[in-house]
Amino acid sequence: MTASVETTPRAGVEIRLENLQRRYGAVTALNDLSLTLAAGELVALLGPSGCGKTTALRLLAGLEEADGGRVVIGGQDVTGLPANKRDVGMVFQSYSLFPHMVAWENVAFGLQMRKVGPADRKKRAIEMLDLVGLAGFADRYAVQLSGGQQQRVALARALAIRPKVLLLDEPLSALDAKVRSRLRDEIRRVQLEVGITTLFVTHDQEEALAIADRVGVMNAGHIEQLGPPTLVYTRPATPFVAEFVGLTNRLPGTVKRGVVEVRGTELPLVQADAADGPAIALVRPEAVSIASDGDLAAGPLVGTVIAVAFLGATSRVTVDLGDITVLAQMPTSAAAASPAGTRVRLTLRTDPVLIAREETAAVEH
Amino acid sequence: MMGGRRLSLDWIGAVPFLGYVALFLFLPTAIIVAGAFASEGGPTLVNFANLSRPYIVSAVINSVILSAVTAVGGAVLGAILTYAIATGNPRGTFRRMVTSACGVLAQFGGVILAFAFIAAIGPASAVYVYFSQHHLDYYASGVWLYDLRGLELVYLYFQIPLMVLIFLPAVDGIKPQWREATESLGGGTWTYWRYVAGPLLAPAFLGSTLLLFANSLSAYATAAALINQGGPILPLQISNAITSEVGLHEPGFAKAQAVVLIVIVAIVSVLYAVLQRRTARWLQ
Repeated sequence: MTASVETTPRAGVEIRLENLQRRYGAVTALNDLSLTLAAGELVALLGPSGCGKTTALRLLAGLEEADGGRVVIGGQDVTGLPANKRDVGMVFQSYSLFPHMVAWENVAFGLQMRKVGPADRKKRAIEMLDLVGLAGFADRYAVQLSGGQQQRVALARALAIRPKVLLLDEPLSALDAKVRSRLRDEIRRVQLEVGITTLFVTHDQEEALAIADRVGVMNAGHIEQLGPPTLVYTRPATPFVAEFVGLTNRLPGTVKRGVVEVRGTELPLVQADAADGPAIALVRPEAVSIASDGDLAAGPLVGTVIAVAFLGATSRVTVDLGDITVLAQMPTSAAAASPAGTRVRLTLRTDPVLIAREETAAVEH
Repeated sequence: MMGGRRLSLDWIGAVPFLGYVALFLFLPTAIIVAGAFASEGGPTLVNFANLSRPYIVSAVINSVILSAVTAVGGAVLGAILTYAIATGNPRGTFRRMVTSACGVLAQFGGVILAFAFIAAIGPASAVYVYFSQHHLDYYASGVWLYDLRGLELVYLYFQIPLMVLIFLPAVDGIKPQWREATESLGGGTWTYWRYVAGPLLAPAFLGSTLLLFANSLSAYATAAALINQGGPILPLQISNAITSEVGLHEPGFAKAQAVVLIVIVAIVSVLYAVLQRRTARWLQ
């Protein structure tokens, strides 16, 4: 579809969250959170539920008040401003279209609040619906639209007022998988086309990694790591990030003189100053490979394939080493050589690994 | 059986209901309507001509006013209470207490309710005695409890809880995201009510009000217990026409009056249906 829309291509504005604090009774939802979004950037806040990511977004939107800290949009301190004075566009997790208005009336609502004349706001609403590919659905009520269509109308509604910031609060989590990935790409396309600074909140790592310029992984009210998706995935800064983003094998080992020894293989450490002693090495499945030939005599890394999950181009193989199971991810063609039941020997790529000290997903700095 | 497979038997489940409605709604209505046009000498319009008697006209007007006042009053006060419940804790004690109480109180009517008011605030009640001794004689201009004003007060007693029961689902259906969306789009509290919550709740509110109106219009026992002089409202007049103490039984005339009630309720029902249809476009 061609979005021949005058979307006023303009650079977005910089957004700064500075030392935000938010408590609910005894619970600290945000603990001194600071985050700067560059103009036009899309940052995804990723974390488990209760990590404070939605609170951060709601403080930026003005839907909740901070207990401390500042919100600065385009150089203007908006900390004390209510939501309706902040110039933010928002898309919610649950469907939030006004049910008694048809699609174009929903999109035009914000313009009506801004005293735009009836003819102009309808024209602009139709343009925005065209931008999200729904110009033909302008006269439908929300109940006559699918979930994905409703969220696209909600996106058009949020953008119609030409906000300074676009806030997306888990906009895809109510949708089924196929619609989700398509709409995710659609949101990214529209965001790039409009050039608006965007904060995207999600608990779905695949979503965050796919859509964002930078991903902020949140835990317990603060950001554990902020960086480009590839960096967050390949160089997780903390054990929490390593375990939350992507799959990770937890392999017991021993730290000795700057390396961790895991079942006979020595792996370099990311945390070079880690103290000696027992530890859990966090090893990505793609750092584990399988050799089905050679010496299959019993050894610390020899085991039996118990499952092969076909993921498309790659496959994930689960190997039982007797005391633990290990996941290995590899091209499907390579996995085909080792169907379930095969005896295999694993090798660990000697990339630097993170270690955790406890069984739980401990946070270490 | 030919074409047997095409015969759906789904409607069998509705037979008891349809039978019930036929026996206790359509049949009595038909009898009343037919009876209204009948006299010992054959078909007649005299019963309807008699409706122009001044005391009947005033009873119709009083009935409509009483129903309208208690419907609007009950709807407004009930809606405020409903809003208080809906915005509170959904599992809180207040909500559970009020909704259970409403379930009971909405059904509390008739002679018992009338007696409760007479005992509580009537001219022989301790409350009245206490107030009148302290220069607050609320019956100084007459015992209004036993006229239309009294009926209005007593009817509100069951109208408000009924409103809460039938209006609460609509208010519960209002999503907090609609308010937040309104705010992020630049609207305030006034615009939210004017353009979003108001239009969304209006059909349910008006529909509930019409239901309260019909509820009031047909109430008889409470009025009969409170009012023993004359018949200021239509249900009492109908009763008078059937069981006149002075021997003037006018069953045909009673039926003609009942037809008036039926017509009023029919008008209300049509209005209700129109509202429902408007809402059905965007609610499913």
